[in-house]
Amino acid sequence: MSTWFRRVRKNILTSTQEKKEAPDGIWHKCPECKTTHTKKELEDHFYVCPKCNYHNRINSAEYFDIIFDEGAYEVHFENIVPKDKLGFVDMKPYDKRLVEAQASTGLKDAMTVGVGKVNGQGLVIACMNFNFIGGSMGSVVGEKIARGIDYAIQHKLPFMIISKSGGARMMESAFSLMQMAKTSAKLTQLAKAGLPYISFMTDPTTGGVTASYAMLGDINIAEPKALIGFAGPRVIKETIKKDLPAGFQRSEFLLDHGFLDFIVERQNLKQKLSGVISWFMNNPVQEPVSAAAE
Amino acid sequence: MQFLDFEKPIEELYAQINKLKDMSAKNQQVDVSGSIRELEEAIEKTRTTIYSNLTPWQRVQLSRHPERPYTLYYIEKIFSGFTELYGDRQVKDDKAMVGGMAKLGDMPVMVIGQQKGINTKMRQMRNFGMANPEGYRKALRLMKLAEKFNHPIVTLIDTPGAYPGLEAEERGQGEAIARNLFEMVNLKVPVICIIIGEGASGGALGIGIGDKVVMLENTWYTVISPESCSSILWRSWNYKEQAAEQLKLTSEDMKGFGLVDDVLPEPVGGAHANPEQMAETIKKYLLDTLPVLEKKGAEKRIEERIEKFSGMGFYDEV
Repeated sequence: MSTWFRRVRKNILTSTQEKKEAPDGIWHKCPECKTTHTKKELEDHFYVCPKCNYHNRINSAEYFDIIFDEGAYEVHFENIVPKDKLGFVDMKPYDKRLVEAQASTGLKDAMTVGVGKVNGQGLVIACMNFNFIGGSMGSVVGEKIARGIDYAIQHKLPFMIISKSGGARMMESAFSLMQMAKTSAKLTQLAKAGLPYISFMTDPTTGGVTASYAMLGDINIAEPKALIGFAGPRVIKETIKKDLPAGFQRSEFLLDHGFLDFIVERQNLKQKLSGVISWFMNNPVQEPVSAAAE
Repeated sequence: MQFLDFEKPIEELYAQINKLKDMSAKNQQVDVSGSIRELEEAIEKTRTTIYSNLTPWQRVQLSRHPERPYTLYYIEKIFSGFTELYGDRQVKDDKAMVGGMAKLGDMPVMVIGQQKGINTKMRQMRNFGMANPEGYRKALRLMKLAEKFNHPIVTLIDTPGAYPGLEAEERGQGEAIARNLFEMVNLKVPVICIIIGEGASGGALGIGIGDKVVMLENTWYTVISPESCSSILWRSWNYKEQAAEQLKLTSEDMKGFGLVDDVLPEPVGGAHANPEQMAETIKKYLLDTLPVLEKKGAEKRIEERIEKFSGMGFYDEV
């Protein structure tokens, strides 16, 4: 009998002193397939589950690292910060919510504007942060889009918005509604300047964001399986009093119904963007430049 | 006559009048005219008091009053020769959004607006004034038609929201509204948008980009209905009054914020108390305002429109 399966030495051999510490948060369990990977593995894989391709939600810092050459970019308009002009109070005062969100995220609001290069080609990206009050669209989000567009026009650069939002920020009431009008108005200026606007929708993109800038791209693209819609699934279900079909309001559904130009996996995002920008701007073929800083 | 809960004192006075009238009908000898006159005066007084102290929630209730005039009523009263135009040329005709050619005096205009039903059957047909993507696309088609022939556009806004249905999503409710915002910004003709009832969120804004955006006194306009706001932020339907307060959704607030350009006064008791007078007020506003807008020229109007909407928002610069 061969011994290949026989346990030769018994018990755990690592002494207590030799045991490595596994700090909290080093592992990540995929919410979709429940497989566990290390955070490092996940990060190296664009925060996409290596097993089931689930696209974990990430925010502006991660997107900028993935898209911009050598992870180098400038962040603009961070001097624009939210305020609670209406003194809005629901279960919590809005100004308190703002302070808490700022403390927990290290961000000023739900939008960050970054300027950098994609395989050597300039690009302005306004990227939403879902971790800041659900990526809700308030005055700062609108103003940063407006300034990002002005910057793109001034520097003759293509413009991209990465949407990730539950919709308008109720605590800014009608002012949040008017950000839909404001951003649409600004996008017409970009269009008149002949500069491309790429709308990239990620999970989730709903409400007033969908009903304004997210759907107004020269090309509308999305990550796989992102929830994209005007009304939320719960509201629709309550309205029609029926179960919603599988895959309803997901990227693939929108592609089928003609509202997306294509779906792109995060692993291919940079190369795909590079190609699109070079087509729009009539730039020569670009050599790939690594995304992450070494 | 239908009374809202806060109109109870008025309702009671009317009941007393009716009682007196019944009494005098039965017994001709009793002269009740004096008492009736007194009661009528009391009604006027009570009404004035109630209506000069309306809470935001009461205004929301008024904006939804079942007797409140709707879009087609105003079209008939304000304009002449209305020819309704149907269909988005793609999918179907949306009965929640109406529009067509009309004349204001001798000026040809395009009138567009959400339409609510006047009875149960019609409410269903009109989908309670909640348009589908086809409605917004029809509206845009008509606006482009007006632009082609250089005629001004008037939109009348009265909607509890864009319809949150399955087909609406399939056919791109978000895209339809977004497209309207984008296109309306650059319409070469004058555009006046009037909120005549409910101005709920993107569904209202979808026909709400104009050189002048105007609210009737007892209407509301904001990002979400007080009920939905209550259910989301308070996680209960019971805070609609507070939500209405917090949202600052009244015409007075909106004018104060500079988010609408003008407020048109309603008759005491609301637009439904004297619909003809309300229509007259709107007509006068249009007759006064359209020529001024016309004179500006397309380029200037578009520039000012972009400037106005681009300036909306509050933030600090540090």
